[in-house]
Amino acid sequence: MALNKEQIAKRIAQEVKDKYFVNLGIGIPTLVANYIPEGIEVEFQSENGILGMGSFPFEGEEDADLINAGKQTITVLPGASFFDSATSFGMIRGQHVDLTILGAMEVAQNGDIANWKIPGKMVKGMGGAMDLVASAENIIVAMMHVNKAGESKILKKCTLPLTGVACVKKIVTELAVLAITPQGFQLLERAPGVSIEHIIASTEADLIIKGEIPEMRID
Amino acid sequence: MINKKVVSVQEALQGIENGMTLLLGGFGLCGIPENAIAELVRKETNNLTCVSNNAGVDNFGLGLLLQKKQIKKMISSYVGENAEFERQMLSGELEVDLIPQGTLAERCRAAQAGIPAFFTPAGYGTEVAQGKESREFNGKMYLLEYAFQADFSIIKAWKGDTAGNLIFKGTARNFNPCMAGAAKITIAEVEELVEAGTLDPNQIHIPGIFVQRIFQGEKYEKRIEQRTTRKRD
Repeated sequence: MALNKEQIAKRIAQEVKDKYFVNLGIGIPTLVANYIPEGIEVEFQSENGILGMGSFPFEGEEDADLINAGKQTITVLPGASFFDSATSFGMIRGQHVDLTILGAMEVAQNGDIANWKIPGKMVKGMGGAMDLVASAENIIVAMMHVNKAGESKILKKCTLPLTGVACVKKIVTELAVLAITPQGFQLLERAPGVSIEHIIASTEADLIIKGEIPEMRID
Repeated sequence: MINKKVVSVQEALQGIENGMTLLLGGFGLCGIPENAIAELVRKETNNLTCVSNNAGVDNFGLGLLLQKKQIKKMISSYVGENAEFERQMLSGELEVDLIPQGTLAERCRAAQAGIPAFFTPAGYGTEVAQGKESREFNGKMYLLEYAFQADFSIIKAWKGDTAGNLIFKGTARNFNPCMAGAAKITIAEVEELVEAGTLDPNQIHIPGIFVQRIFQGEKYEKRIEQRTTRKRD
């Protein structure tokens, strides 16, 4: 069965390692914070100027001066720090942030990503996404494999305006975990109960399939 | 001590004329100079070019200037959450230049620091790169981006003193420190203005040399854009 958004977040959380500084994008990536494995030390960076971001505040304890990059009210954890936007993107471009998790509308087999604009329909802007994908060593994309019309968003070539070129390393969708290799998309795992044939049929790009493809482990 | 204090928002905004370019601090509605924006609305200054990470919401922040059609051009990184903005942009009434957020911040910092231009990897290979010089450094491609040239910076801090020294609070810091001193004149509005000598020099985030005018805002609504909470167990 295809994963829901919470389950996609759970699977991505398994990619977060001890001592990582992590930047989470808006949407499914934000949920990843809820599923970080026990016993590891992780700090979340939000590009509007905080390291050591905590969970949402209790009702009545919201602070207008304390938000994340999605403009949601947040809390801070012990050891947190605040800084200005130029310093924040210094951390990002300077590759001090270990892992970037963000959403996408399309990803291509060479690692191109599109997630900021649908010409004539949706123009909200790129926010910090272009800086993040241009600089991060380790980029994981959380996205839906197919759109509402059933069309694949895992493509040979992106059709929408790009956010960055040849930068995505791994994708987790409701159907599969894919790695981007120099040869193209490699199928690493499939959602529980989802067949390889179903994944192939849902993917416009070619898939490299080597040996047995295990099911994702989602508790 | 050089006294930067002005008595009112009206005095602080003197010299801002139609057609000027303004840098405005804030991220979403967090840390925006709300008193100065309200005064720009009242003054009906128009044809403005506004550099700000976002464009407010329909009825607050820069959205108030958009409603009155006082903005000719917006330079921002993210402009969702604002229906009037979208309408003006799609109809062609409003010029919009969308640029990567880190590039926006660095173009402010460069202006503040006397650096005319710099190279950044953000946007290489995308439509942001159109018409821009690119260059390879250590095997990676970068775009040439220029420092902003603006008439006024309008920023907001938590506390300030009459020497113009500023302290920010939480994530309301964001673009405000980067914009201080990044235009010909910097106007700072603060929630609490104290006499010089009251603030600990060790705790100053932005030294007063970057600020020409400082005033205490009359009131702060500090609206929350996305109120998110969790339940108590």
